Amino acid sequence: MSDAFAFTIDGVEVPARPGQTIMEAADAAGIYIPRLCDHEGLRHQGGCRVCTVKAGGRSVAACTQPAAPGLTVDSETLHIQAMRRDLVEMLFHEGNHLCPICEASGNCELQAMAYRLGMTEPTRFPWLEPCRPVDASHPDIALDTNRCISCGRCIRASQDVDGKGVFGYVGRGIHRRVAVNGPDLAHTDAAVTDFAMSDEVCPVGCILRKGVGFSVPIGERDFDHKLIGQDIEDRHK
Amino acid sequence: MLDHPREDDPVITAICRDLGNDRHRLLDILLAIQRKDRWISPQALTHVARLVGLTRIQVEGVASFYSFLSLEPKGRVTIRLCDDIIDRHAGFAAVLRVFEEELGIGLGQTSGDGAVSLDATPCIGLCDQAPAAMVNDVVLTRLTPERAREVARALKAGQRPEDLIHPDFDRLTPLERARAAVETGIRQAGAVLLGPVPAEAGLRRAMGMEPEQVIDTVIASGLRGCGGAGFTSGQKWRFAAVTPADRRFVICNADEGEPGTFKDRVLLTERADLVIEGMTIAARAIGAREGILYLRGEYVYLRDHLEAVLAARRNAGLLGHDILGQAGFDFDLRLQLGAGAYICGEEGALISSCEGLPGEPKTRPPFPVTRGYLGFPTVVNNVETFAHAARILDKGAGWFHAMGTHGSHGTKLFSISGDCTRPGVYELPYGLELRELLALAGAEDAAAVQVGGPSGTMVGRDSFHRRLTFDDLATGGAVIVFSGARNILEIVEYYLSFFVHESCGYCTPCRVGNVFLQKAIQKFRKGHADASDIAYLRDLSATIIETSRCGLGMTSPNPVLSTLANFPLVYGAVTRSTEDGMQASFDIQSAIDRARGIAKRRSHIYDRDFSA
Repeated sequence: MSDAFAFTIDGVEVPARPGQTIMEAADAAGIYIPRLCDHEGLRHQGGCRVCTVKAGGRSVAACTQPAAPGLTVDSETLHIQAMRRDLVEMLFHEGNHLCPICEASGNCELQAMAYRLGMTEPTRFPWLEPCRPVDASHPDIALDTNRCISCGRCIRASQDVDGKGVFGYVGRGIHRRVAVNGPDLAHTDAAVTDFAMSDEVCPVGCILRKGVGFSVPIGERDFDHKLIGQDIEDRHK
Repeated sequence: MLDHPREDDPVITAICRDLGNDRHRLLDILLAIQRKDRWISPQALTHVARLVGLTRIQVEGVASFYSFLSLEPKGRVTIRLCDDIIDRHAGFAAVLRVFEEELGIGLGQTSGDGAVSLDATPCIGLCDQAPAAMVNDVVLTRLTPERAREVARALKAGQRPEDLIHPDFDRLTPLERARAAVETGIRQAGAVLLGPVPAEAGLRRAMGMEPEQVIDTVIASGLRGCGGAGFTSGQKWRFAAVTPADRRFVICNADEGEPGTFKDRVLLTERADLVIEGMTIAARAIGAREGILYLRGEYVYLRDHLEAVLAARRNAGLLGHDILGQAGFDFDLRLQLGAGAYICGEEGALISSCEGLPGEPKTRPPFPVTRGYLGFPTVVNNVETFAHAARILDKGAGWFHAMGTHGSHGTKLFSISGDCTRPGVYELPYGLELRELLALAGAEDAAAVQVGGPSGTMVGRDSFHRRLTFDDLATGGAVIVFSGARNILEIVEYYLSFFVHESCGYCTPCRVGNVFLQKAIQKFRKGHADASDIAYLRDLSATIIETSRCGLGMTSPNPVLSTLANFPLVYGAVTRSTEDGMQASFDIQSAIDRARGIAKRRSHIYDRDFSA
C-alpha cells in the first residue's frame, strides 16, 4: 500500500495506514496499550481513558487518536503507567469490586488490568459504595450494575452488532450509569445468545449468564496464567 | 392534580409532528413536554421514542442528562434558587429558609398540591444581582427574605410568575420584560461593543467584499475567541470555509455557564442585533445558509426578546433569502434552548445538544470546523466574538488590532461580581492590570480574585499587578472578588461540587476523579488532613487534567491547584501534624456516628458521660 506510513511507540517503529488509530496500529504490530472500554469489533469510545498515551507530547486516548506519519508516541513511561493505575483504581473505587466473591474473578479485565498495572497495595481513594438493586428478572441473564465500570461495550454491542439497543446510558456525571431499555431486563428483547451478553463483551462481573457460574474453576480462567494483553503481544512473536 | 399520563397523548403527538418527528430536535420536544406536563413521564418517553424512531432508553438518556428536564412530577411553578458561591455569600441561606417556611417544602421537593417545586441550580448568570432565582420562565434578582416571603405568598395565592416581574407584564415588549426583570448591568461602555453601534454597518461592508476578504479581515484584526479558549476566530472560519461540503453551519454559543460570567446576558439583551449581524457575516464568509443560536436554559427569559429580534430581521430582509437584496445570499437561524447543563458550553457538547443528544463532547479529531453539526463544517463562536466580528468589518481590522496588547487585541467584556461595590459588566481594552479593574469595580478589600471563573485562576494580592491578557491572566470574562472575610477552602469546595454536578460522566477521570477531589478538600475543611494529603491533591489533580477527554476535566482541578500555589498558608493552617505517628484522618467520633444512629444509643466507651 503506497500511502502506508510509520510512527513510533516508545521508540519502536510501527507501520500504519491512513485512518488507523494509534491503538489499531499498535495492536497489529503486537504492542499492547492497556484499555478497558475499547474492544475489537466495537466502535471506539475513548471513555475509560486507560489507553492514554502521549502523542507528540499531548495526552490523547490511543483508541480514538489517529496515527500520523512520524508521530512520537510514549506509552509505557512511569508517568503514564501511574496515571493508568490511578484510572483503574478510580473504577475499583467507583463500584463494588469484591474479587473473592465475584463470579468474574480470573476472567475480569478490570482485575487483570490491576494486576498488569501493579495495583498491589491499598489505594488512597475513598470508596463510593453504590447500592443498586440487582436485576435478576431475565430467565437467563442477571445484571449487577454495582460492578459496572461504564465502559459501554454492552451498549455498542447490542446496538451495532445485535441491532437491538438493549442497553443505554442514563444520568449525568457520577450518576451516569448503564440502564436497560425497559423497566427491567426481562421486559427488553435481550437474549442470552446476543453478542452483548457473551463473555467477551462485559469486561467485569456485571452481565452474568445464569446457570454457568463457576463452570470453569478459579485457577483455570483466562487471566490466571497470563497477563491481560498477552495475546496481542504474542502476535509479534 | 396531574392528568394520568398516556402513551398516546395527542398534544405530545402534535409537539413531535410540529418538529418533524425529527430525533435531532429531541431536546426541543422534551422541553415542550416538560413545559406542558411539568415532567417527562415514562409514557411520554415511550411515546416520543416511537414517534421519532429511537429506543426508549435513548430518549431517557437525553431526558435524564439535563437538569431542567425531570423524570418525576414537578410543580406547576418551579423555583430554582441560584446557589452559586456569590449567592451564598449574598444571603442564599436566609432566602431559602423563607421559601421553605412559606411553602412547607425543602429543596428538591414539590408541595403536596402540586403547585410549587423548590430547587437549587448553579450560576444562572446574575451574580451582579445576587441572590437570584428562576421561577419558571422568569428570573428574580436581589432577593431578600422579605421579597422571598412576598414571592412565595403570591405564588401560593395562584399568581403567575410573570406578575412578580411587572404588574403589566403582558403589555410590555419582550425587551421591556427582560429589562424589567434584570438590570442592564453595564458599568463601563467601551469603544467596540457597548458604546453607540451603527446598525448593520459591518454587514453592509462584508457584502461588498469577497468571502475570503472577510476572513482575512477577521484574521488581521487579531480577534480571538471570547468564550475562554482564545482560538484565532478567523482561522476557525477559514477551516470551515475550505472544507468541501454541501451544507455549513454557524452556531452562536450563548451557553455562558462559567460561574461568575454574565457578559453575554448583557450583549443578548442590549446588542442582540449586533450578535446576529456577526453571525450573518460569518455565514457569508464561510458559505453557510443555516445557523443556530444556542441559548442556555437559564436565559429562557430572553427567548421571546431574541425571537422578536430574529422576526424583525427577517422582515427587514436581514435574514432569509437574498439578504439586503443580494441574490443568493441566504441565511437564517433557529434558537436552540438548552436545559441546564454547563458542559454544553464546550463546542462539541453544544453540537451534540443541538443534535438532540445528551450534551457530551465529541471525539476530536474530527473538529467541528470540518465535521460538526450533523457532520457538516460548523463554526461555533461565543456571543461576544460574533459581536466583535461585526464591528471589525465596519471599522476595519487595524482599528481593532490597535487596541489592547500584543496577542490580545481589542476590548473584552469583564463580568465582575462578589465583594465589590460596583459589580457589573465592564468593556475594557485587553492588557489592564487586575488592580486597575478592581479599582474600577470598587473592590478595595479584595483578598482573593477568581479570574476566569472556577476553571480559571484564583490569585491573591501579590498577583494584582498581573495583566488581563491571553498570555497572563486569561479569562472568558468572569472576575469574582472575595474579601479577606471569605473562607478560601469553602470556595474551592463549592467550585469542585460544581464540576461534580456538571461533569457529563463520559470519561473516568472527570466523572470519578472530581468526586475524590471534592472529598479530599472536605477532609481539609474538617481538619483531618495531613501533609501527605497535599501531595495527594496534586497527584490526583494531575491525573484528572492529563487524562480527561475535554476542557471540563482539564481545568476542573484549577481551583485546587491555583489556591495551593497562591494561598499555601490556608492549607497549612488546617493540616494536622503527624509527629505522634497517628493516622490523623481517622476520627473515631465521626466513625462511630452511624453506629450510634443504628443502635439508637450512645457509646459506653467513647461517650464518657453515657451510662445505660
